[in-house]
Amino acid sequence: MNDQTPFLIAGATLADGRRTDLLVADGLIAETGTGLSSTGARRIDADGLIALPGLVDLHTHLREPGFEPSETVLTGTRAAAAGGFTAVFAMANTSPVADTAGVVEQVHRLGQDAGYAYVQPIGAVTVGLEGRHLAELGAMASSRARVRVFSDDGHCVEDPLLMRRALEYVKSFGGVIAQHAQDSRLTVEAQMNEGQVSSDLGLAGWPAVAEESIIARDVLLAEHVGSRVHICHLSTAGSVDVVRWAKARGIAVTAEVTPHHLLLTEELVRSYDPKYKVNPPLRRAEDVEALRRGLADGTIDIVATDHAPHPVEAKDCEWAAAANGMVGLESALAVVQAAVVDTGGLDWADVARVLSAAPATIGGLTGFGHELTAGSPAELTLYDPNDPHEFTAADLAGRSGNSPYLDMQLPGRVRYTFHRGQPTLADGALREEGLVANG
Amino acid sequence: MRHLLSTRDLDLADAIRLLDVAEDMATVSTREVKKLPALRGKTVVNLFFENSTRTRISFEAAAKRLSADVINFSASGSSVAKGESLKDTAQTLAAMGADAVVLRHPSSGAPQSLADSGWIDAGVINAGDGTHEHPTQALLDAFTIRRRMHGAASRGTNLSGVAVTIVGDILHSRVARSNVWLLTTLGAQVTLVAPPTLMPVNMTAWPVEVEYDLDRSLLRTPPSVLMMLRVQAERMSGDFFPNTREYSRRWGLDDERLGRLPEDTIVMHPGPMNRGLEISAAAADSARSTVREQVTNGVSVRMAALYLLLAGERLSPPTPTSRMRATT
Repeated sequence: MNDQTPFLIAGATLADGRRTDLLVADGLIAETGTGLSSTGARRIDADGLIALPGLVDLHTHLREPGFEPSETVLTGTRAAAAGGFTAVFAMANTSPVADTAGVVEQVHRLGQDAGYAYVQPIGAVTVGLEGRHLAELGAMASSRARVRVFSDDGHCVEDPLLMRRALEYVKSFGGVIAQHAQDSRLTVEAQMNEGQVSSDLGLAGWPAVAEESIIARDVLLAEHVGSRVHICHLSTAGSVDVVRWAKARGIAVTAEVTPHHLLLTEELVRSYDPKYKVNPPLRRAEDVEALRRGLADGTIDIVATDHAPHPVEAKDCEWAAAANGMVGLESALAVVQAAVVDTGGLDWADVARVLSAAPATIGGLTGFGHELTAGSPAELTLYDPNDPHEFTAADLAGRSGNSPYLDMQLPGRVRYTFHRGQPTLADGALREEGLVANG
Repeated sequence: MRHLLSTRDLDLADAIRLLDVAEDMATVSTREVKKLPALRGKTVVNLFFENSTRTRISFEAAAKRLSADVINFSASGSSVAKGESLKDTAQTLAAMGADAVVLRHPSSGAPQSLADSGWIDAGVINAGDGTHEHPTQALLDAFTIRRRMHGAASRGTNLSGVAVTIVGDILHSRVARSNVWLLTTLGAQVTLVAPPTLMPVNMTAWPVEVEYDLDRSLLRTPPSVLMMLRVQAERMSGDFFPNTREYSRRWGLDDERLGRLPEDTIVMHPGPMNRGLEISAAAADSARSTVREQVTNGVSVRMAALYLLLAGERLSPPTPTSRMRATT
């Protein structure tokens, strides 16, 4: 049963710095302004809290179907709610792969049943992520899951002709290809960024050029066929330069960066601790700086988590045997604050853009990313930027614990998340399954 | 000394202490009864995830000369994705009461993972991890060089003024990495020579000279020590160089280059050698060659490492990195 009591959020600070009350009723922001009456509504004191449009993650691995020991749609969207997210795009590398209408509809339905966030499935570009034949892109687009983003993430669409065809084909329904840019021949058995640290550690290198050369090829392909292309998890300074060049040329390219590539460097790998193993790998401090600048100047459009849960045994082993990936939904906003807000690169209006409005636009998702004005859907996040704390396993809400931020200081916390007019997170605690607005 | 994972962790005092204890151990090996009771009742496990009979029997001989009980554990398969996991194996050995684990593993960093993991409380000696380090090989090389330079007066000496040129597959060589850190800590000048394809991509922080042309290097920096590395079979098919003949012509120690070396230059090789490829038979068998001494000295150095790990002897205070790693 959904509780339809209105909420009066009192004294929140909007992304532009203005203070306002927000009355949430019937799934909408009913009213804004100061001194709103809380009669008949539950009052939330939002003094000192920033109200952001509900966060949207364009790059989440929910692992269901197939890898339920790592995460399910339910546990992953609980992690999303804990991190202030109200919509997540679920990557296609499940088992079976999300390469048919049936699988994407199933994932979509599981998201609705769970109720903690809107789950927008991403479809595979190629059958089985194998890079040989196009998946049924049109059928997934026309399905109830309304797929608009297609990605073989985890694998690069390497065949240039197949990539060209995919870029062209999805134009007919306003789709976009999200490319995992990695030349597999240049990254055979790669274990970490190739450079000084890999030389010291004797780990096979993942050179920046393996990413940059694919991005360069794909922006040129997108230009040639007049399509848009999205680049997943940009990780190098050179990639920022290539995208900046492409945008200056008028090519319809968008790009994302992960929170971890904005904060962490390859120096952490010296511990050989697999919690720092991720693909693309952590890079140099110079790359981190370039990514921050690229995000600040708009070259990089969005932050996306690449939330990648893994079971304990996938990380409790030697480096080479460990899986790539980090969970990131719960920590994303605080990491973004630490990496680019507290360092002066972005203000909160920028954060609202890169973590909500822009990913919704790129993904063709309506009803999310709106400014918090009267009449907008009540998808919002209340964040306390002045709550420095040690991030611990207790801050994780998904099924897996492979966070690189455990025992690190982070500057703030998500206090409330509203999805479909109801809190999924209230005063820092996830609401019980019966109380969220599922269905 | 809690673990011996890397020569990079060793400071000058640590390194000299290890080499001096190895000198003591070497004198034991010349006695009629080549055995000390120092590690009686201790259990040393040779845990080899990669085949290396030479290294394994060297550690085995070292442990036995110190009266330790030795268990040899060859984990099946070198693929990290198959077979028993390092964690399960380590917990099995912990349950059996291993005091020290000598670990050979195909994955770089595996000994450090084992030392940091909490899976087992034993001391860990890195017997070669992937393409990372092989500290006891570097120690035996340093020991061999020191003995050739200083003879019976080796104790307490460092390697200042010694020019060491290491030739071969630096990129994939754990022997090269361990030698770079140890020999430079001991004061030697190190030059690395390899085809650019077999050199790490960024060596700006390595305290070495880098040279691609062996003949130019020998001319510019006449070496006191010329160390030839083995060319692994898998490099021959990986297009790192066109073929073995070209490699041999450009980077091999052939008879002509041997003849050009300064009179007192010694020639080293960690073994096993590809005669006729990276080293000619004449070079391998010449009086300059230390190949057999290296094998003998390997036992002494490994006795020293086991002794310092297990007999409660303390090295100098740990460096910040090794302290950070002492999490168990």
